[in-house]
Amino acid sequence: MKAVSPKEAQHPRLTLGRTTSVPELVVKIVFLGIVCGFAVSLIPVLIGLKSWTMLAVLCVSVACILIIYTTKRHVPAKYLFPGTFMLVLFVLIPVIYTVAISATNYGDGTRGTQEEAVASIVENSVERQENKPSYTMSVARGTDHGRLVLYLVDEKTGKIYRGTQQGLTPVSRADVTVSDGKVTAVGGQRVLNALEIDKQGDSLSRLSVPVNKDKGIYIHPSGISEAYTGQSRLIYDKAKDTITDRQTGTVYRPRKFGDRYYYADSAGRKVSEQSWLSNVGWDNYTRLFRDESVRGQLFSTFLWTLFFAIFSVFGTFLCGLLIALLFDEPRMAGRKFWRSLMVIPYAVPTFIGFLIWSTFFNKDFGIINQVLGVGIDWFGDPTLAKIAVCTANLWAGIPYMFLISTGALQSLPTDVVEAARIDGAGPFRLFFQIKMPLLLISVAPLLVSSFAFNFNNYNAIALMTKGGPFASSGEIFGGTDILISGIYRMAFGGSGAQFGLAAAVSVILFLITAVLGGIQFGISNKFEDIR
Amino acid sequence: MRLPKILGAALALTVALALPGCGTGSSASSDTTKKNSAKSSQSSSSDGSVTRAKADLVIWADQKRADALQSIAKQYGKDNGIKVAVQTVATNLDTNFITADAAGNGPDVVVQGDDKIASFVQNGSIVPVQLSSKEKDALVPEYLKAVQDNGQTYGVPYAAEGLILYRNTKLAPDAPATFDDLISTGQQLVSEKKADRVLSLQVGDVGDPFHMQPLYSSFGGYLIGTGSDGKPDTSDIGVDKAGALKFAEKLSQLGEKGSKVFSRSVSSQNSISLFAQGKTPYLVSGSWARADIEKAGIDYAVSTIPGFQGEQQARPFMSVQAFFVAAHGKNKTLAEEFVNNVVPKQSTQEKLYDAEARPPALKSLLEKKAASDDVTKVLSQAAKIGVVRPKVPQLNAVWDPLGKAEAAIVGGADPDSTMSSAAKTIEDALK
Repeated sequence: MKAVSPKEAQHPRLTLGRTTSVPELVVKIVFLGIVCGFAVSLIPVLIGLKSWTMLAVLCVSVACILIIYTTKRHVPAKYLFPGTFMLVLFVLIPVIYTVAISATNYGDGTRGTQEEAVASIVENSVERQENKPSYTMSVARGTDHGRLVLYLVDEKTGKIYRGTQQGLTPVSRADVTVSDGKVTAVGGQRVLNALEIDKQGDSLSRLSVPVNKDKGIYIHPSGISEAYTGQSRLIYDKAKDTITDRQTGTVYRPRKFGDRYYYADSAGRKVSEQSWLSNVGWDNYTRLFRDESVRGQLFSTFLWTLFFAIFSVFGTFLCGLLIALLFDEPRMAGRKFWRSLMVIPYAVPTFIGFLIWSTFFNKDFGIINQVLGVGIDWFGDPTLAKIAVCTANLWAGIPYMFLISTGALQSLPTDVVEAARIDGAGPFRLFFQIKMPLLLISVAPLLVSSFAFNFNNYNAIALMTKGGPFASSGEIFGGTDILISGIYRMAFGGSGAQFGLAAAVSVILFLITAVLGGIQFGISNKFEDIR
Repeated sequence: MRLPKILGAALALTVALALPGCGTGSSASSDTTKKNSAKSSQSSSSDGSVTRAKADLVIWADQKRADALQSIAKQYGKDNGIKVAVQTVATNLDTNFITADAAGNGPDVVVQGDDKIASFVQNGSIVPVQLSSKEKDALVPEYLKAVQDNGQTYGVPYAAEGLILYRNTKLAPDAPATFDDLISTGQQLVSEKKADRVLSLQVGDVGDPFHMQPLYSSFGGYLIGTGSDGKPDTSDIGVDKAGALKFAEKLSQLGEKGSKVFSRSVSSQNSISLFAQGKTPYLVSGSWARADIEKAGIDYAVSTIPGFQGEQQARPFMSVQAFFVAAHGKNKTLAEEFVNNVVPKQSTQEKLYDAEARPPALKSLLEKKAASDDVTKVLSQAAKIGVVRPKVPQLNAVWDPLGKAEAAIVGGADPDSTMSSAAKTIEDALK
C-alpha cells in the first residue's frame, strides 16, 4: 500500500469530481455519449420543425451537462443539476407553456396560421368544371432540370397533351407510347410509377396547368392517374388582405367574432369557419368570471369539489384503517386470506368499477333499488347523486388505504407499544395516543396526495354521472360536477376543443391545488414534532 | 482549458450512436417498395394518443371498419406495389385525427361519419375529393348530398345509418301505423304483464337527441334553420319554436310523471338488452342492435318509425359513413387515388357490406342488398327520409343542452321553460 505523503494528509484534496475507477469511467462515457447522441439526433428534427426555442433549450442543457460532468470543477452542481433539470423539464416548462397558451385562442378552427387558413379556404373553393375535359394522367420527369411534366390524355377525344406550369401543348402520338388510354412512355423513357409519383408530394399537388389564368381555370392532378379541369371560386389578394368571390364579386375581409377572426363580408357572413391563432390577452380568464351565474356555479362547484375530496380521503382512510386494525389483530383467524380478499376491488380497473356502480344505482333496473325494494331516483336528485358518487368512490378507495394502513401498522416500533401497555394504557388510549400519531407520520403525505388526486378525480364523475343531474335551466355545472369535470365539458364539450380556455382554467386549478397542498403540508409537518 | 479525454471519448460514442439513427431514417422508405403486405396495427390507448404507422398509405378507422378494410387494403397494396396500413383508433377518432393531422403525423385517409365534416373543414384537416359526374351518378343521391357542403364533395360515402323500429313479433306481430298505436299496443302488453316496458328508447341521465329525433321531427321540430343561401343559419335555433314545444309537451305526458313510456333509466347501456331479453315489445335503434338481438334469439321484424297521429312523418337523422383524404397526410396522392377510385368500386362496397350490413352507397348494390335483406331495406327507407345533420362545427353546443333538456322533461320538468332555456344556452354558444 502506498504511503500517504505528509503534504496530502495535511491538505486532503477534494476528489468528488474525479472519476477514479474504470467502471465509473465507463458509466460516465456511456452516459455522456447517450446524452450527446440523443441531442445530435434531435437537432435535425427540431430544425425541420423550425422549433428554435426547443433547439436553444436543447443546446444549452447539453452544454451544461458537458461542462458540469467533464470538468473537475462545479462539484455542488454535479449533485444539484439532475434534480433541477428534471424540475425545469417536467414542471416549469409545462407550466410556462400552459400560461402562454392561456393567453391565446388556440383550439378548434384556430390551430394554424392565417396563411394556412387562407391557403386552405382558397384550395377548398376549387370546383370541378363538368363541361371541361377530364384527363388520364401520367407523370414524367422533364429534361428541364428534372421538373415534373404531366402527360394528359383527354378522356373524350383521346387527344394527348403535355402539361407544365407554362400551359398545355399538344403532343403527337408518335412521340409517346400509349396503352389502355394512358401514356406509358415518353420518347422511350418510362413514366413514373405510383410510388414515385407519391414521393413527389407537394411539388405535384402544386403543379396545376393553367388553362385560363384570369378566370382561375387550371388543370389539377387528382390521385396518380387522373386530372380534371377546375376553377377556384375564391381569389386571395395579399396586398389588400381580402378574399373575393369570382362569381358574386363579394369581398371578404378579416373581421373579429368573439375571440377570433374570420374572413367575412360587410353583412357579417363568413366565407368559411376557418380561423387562425391569435393572442387574446386576459380574455380567457375574464370569460370565466364575467358571467354572474357562471361565477355562482363555479363557487358552489368548488365547495362540492372540496367536500368530495375531503370526504373521499377521510372516508376511505377511516374505513381502510378500521379494516386494517381488524386484520392486524392476532386473534383473527385466516388473516392472510381476508387481507388478499380485501385487495380485490383494487385489482378491478376503476373504469369498470365505476360503470358497474352506475348500473347498480339505476332507478328501475339497479340492484340497489331492487334489493331495498324501493324506487329511489338516485341520479335524478343532486343530493342523492352526490351520495351515489361518494359511495362508489369510497368503494374504489378503501383497498388502497387498507394497504397503506396495514403496512404502517406493521412497521410501528413494538417497544413503544409494549412500553405503553406495561404502563397500563388501555386499548383505546394505546390506539389514540400511541399508535395513531405514529401512524400519521408515515401516512400523512399519502393523504395529501390522495386529496390532490380526488380533487381532480375526473374518472369517478365522468363514468358515474357525467356530471348530472342538470337543472333544467341549461346550467354548465351539473349536480355532481367537480371543477375538473365541469371545466372539461366547458373547454371541450360545446364548441369543440378550446385549448386556450382550458389552459386558463388549468392555471387557476393549479393555483388552487398549490395553495391547498401547501396548507396540508403545513399541517402534516406538525406530526413530525411527535418524533 | 485542456479538453478532457472523457469529452473526446463521449463525442466518439455520440457519432457512433447518431449515425445509424440517421441511416435508418433515409433507407426505410426505399426498401418497403418490394413488400406488398397490408399490415394492421392496433393503436389505441386510454388517453387516446395514436401514432402513425410506417407505410405508403395509412388509413385510420374505428374497430369495425378497420377489420372490414383489411382485405381491401391488402388488394390495393398488391395492385400498386405499395405497403398499406389500416390502423384502428378505438376512441375519439375524430379529435385524434384533427390533432395528428395538424401536427403532420396523421393518416392519409380517415373513415368517419358525415357529421364530422364541418369540424374537419374548420380545422383544415381534409381536402375535397374530385369525383366525375359519372362516379357521382352511381351513388345514392341522398348519401352523396350528406357529404357535400359549400358546393364541394368532401368524402366518398360507402354506407348509411339511421334509426328504425325493431319489434318482438311474438308480442307485437304487426307494425304500428302511428306512434299512438305503438303506445297503446305496448301499454296493453304491460297491463297484461307480458312486458315490463312499452318501448325501449334510450334517454339516459343527459338525454339523447339522436334517438329522440324521429319523435322531435314528427312534431316539426328542427335544430338549426337554413338561411336563404342554403347554409345553416345559426341565428335560427329550432329548439324553442312551435314544433319543438309541441314535442316537449308530448314528451312530458309520456315521461316518468305521466304514462311512463319514456324513462331516464333506459340508457345506451341497457336499451338493447331490454329488448333482447324480451322485456319490451319495441326498440328504437340502428343497425348496431341487430347482432345482439339475433344472438338472443328473439323473433323480430323491422319497420320505419311511425309518426304521431295527425302529425308529420317521423324523420330520424341520416348518418353517412365516408372516406376522407387528409389535408396534411404524407401520401396525399395515393390517398386521393384510393378514395376516388377504390372506394366507389362495387367490389369494395360489397366487402364493406359483408363486414357490416348497412345500406351501401352504390345505387346498384343498394338495390341488390335491399331486395335480399329486410333490415337493409328498412334502414335505407329510413335514410331516404332522414334528416342530414347541419354542417356546423359546434354541433355539440346543440346536442348537449338539447339532450339535457329532453332528459329533464322526461323526468318531469316543465316542458316550455326547459326548452326555452336550452334554446338560450344554444344561442349563446353559437353566437
